[in-house]
Amino acid sequence: MSANQLEAHVAKLQEALGGMLVRLERDRQNVPIFWVKREQVIDALRAAKETNGLEYHFLSDLTAYDDTDGEDEAQGRFVVVYQLYSPQGKTRIRFKTRAADGVSVPTATVLWAAANWAEREVFDLLGVKFDGHPDLRRILLDVRWQGHPLRKDYHWRKYQLFNDPEPIPEHLLKEE
Amino acid sequence: MKTNNTDPQLNDPDEIFEDARQYMNIGPSHPATHGTLRVMVRLNGETIEKSISEMGYLHRGKEKIAENNTYHKFIPHTDRMNYCSALMNNVAYVMAVEKVLQIEVPERTKYVRTICCEIARIIDHLICLGIGAVDLGAFSFFLYGFHQREEAYTVIEKLCGARLTTSYTRVGGLAMPPPDDFFLALKKWLDGFEPVFNEMDKLLTENKIFKDRTIGIGAFTKEQAMAYSFTGPCARASNINIDLRRDQPESVLKYDQVDFDIPLGKNGDVYDRYLVRMEEVRQSVRILRQLSDKCPKTGPVWCDDKRVVIPEKERVYNSMEAMIHHFKFFMEGFNVPPGEAYTAVEGPNGELGFYVVSRGGPMPWRLRVRAPSFYMYQSLDPMIKGQKIADLVASLGSINIIAGELDR
Repeated sequence: MSANQLEAHVAKLQEALGGMLVRLERDRQNVPIFWVKREQVIDALRAAKETNGLEYHFLSDLTAYDDTDGEDEAQGRFVVVYQLYSPQGKTRIRFKTRAADGVSVPTATVLWAAANWAEREVFDLLGVKFDGHPDLRRILLDVRWQGHPLRKDYHWRKYQLFNDPEPIPEHLLKEE
Repeated sequence: MKTNNTDPQLNDPDEIFEDARQYMNIGPSHPATHGTLRVMVRLNGETIEKSISEMGYLHRGKEKIAENNTYHKFIPHTDRMNYCSALMNNVAYVMAVEKVLQIEVPERTKYVRTICCEIARIIDHLICLGIGAVDLGAFSFFLYGFHQREEAYTVIEKLCGARLTTSYTRVGGLAMPPPDDFFLALKKWLDGFEPVFNEMDKLLTENKIFKDRTIGIGAFTKEQAMAYSFTGPCARASNINIDLRRDQPESVLKYDQVDFDIPLGKNGDVYDRYLVRMEEVRQSVRILRQLSDKCPKTGPVWCDDKRVVIPEKERVYNSMEAMIHHFKFFMEGFNVPPGEAYTAVEGPNGELGFYVVSRGGPMPWRLRVRAPSFYMYQSLDPMIKGQKIADLVASLGSINIIAGELDR
């Protein structure tokens, strides 16, 4: 996609997002980053997914990072990142939203089933909670783990050892 | 389970035992899981009613390690993620860092990296096809493939001196230029590999038992595959026309210089995934032949950017300044300007992405690995629901979960 086409495409996205867009940034590869408010993130993602001509049908990745000591930390310590890909237009965009410690972000599982485990991983490693998630449990670490390792205040050599295997919650198998 | 069928002769024997539910655990260490995965299933007779997949048994905290090491020191860690295609991970990682640094590497490096990716794709597919067949009882198919895989490792050994954990690429270049006889060895291997692969094709593709065990098993429709973020061969088996080799012409890799076809499946079942992978191996051989002809045999492999270039050993041993530079480079690392970039390449299993967030300094602020296995494994529960327990193994083999990449 040429530079002019990309600008037209970004303008179209801005129009689709309307008032939901807080700030537009570019990354080092000139990929647009749309900052949106936490409460409106699902509406914004839905606009990108379902508006004709945009069709970002593909959740490439969902992740988050700890923005301790960042410029805008006052607006929320964690940044949740949604990487979207459009197989039709072959373009990538990125959505970002901020969440303070202990504040929940609305779940993207209503739009993509793939968001389920990705959100569980974010919850596990960073402690960001997702509102309306069907099954928000730890995924990589043991259920008995204390703390969230990808937070910047968690020292990387702080091991935790468990001698017994992790129990699988039996109610999960019983329910229909 | 209720049945509407009144003729007892036609009833599925599974449905006779109404309360014959049992719970079964597979893994974490089980021959059919190929890594440390765990699947708990609730069975009604032989039919899976519900399953839970567990992971995390191989979690080593690679993303946390990355945040506490320099960019250079993380290269060997990328080998240990998808250890079946270590070269591909090396390439994808350094490309992500180069994009944040905005470095352009020389043509020769681009070609060699593309060759690395394609060799990695072939050996990864051989593993997936072979092990998938072993799970269904076809042992000799696997041995044919594994022999050729060892031969491929000999070619890789020529390239970088290591067989499994390659660590071949460097930010801004390559660890060493490919030796003169590398292309000859590559061609020789390809010539030997193709007839064996054709024989493998004859051995299994039309095998009636294999077809009965795989057709219609673990099928995923196009919509389901999209919802679960399928990429790579599994997405193409579900008839999604997506391939980052073709779809990213702005990418650093040299796929725009070669001709290749992208196979598509129809039903998205285990057999289609097998067929797509078989065809992709053929296409990779085709790409490798073209690339080894086009690749420049001389020329620099390092970029011009003095920030990232490792000083030459010759100079390090003979001049004080170069010695200091050498120590500075390896002890402190190079500074990467603030910014972020997401780089995706078409890995053997699907989109392999590295998301680098830098705040300046020699260590990444956040490094996220978008592992294809992570999104694939998530789809296992809906994929096997309502199928037989023996088909679980076939489905699990076909989506090719690599535990090192899954848990990171």
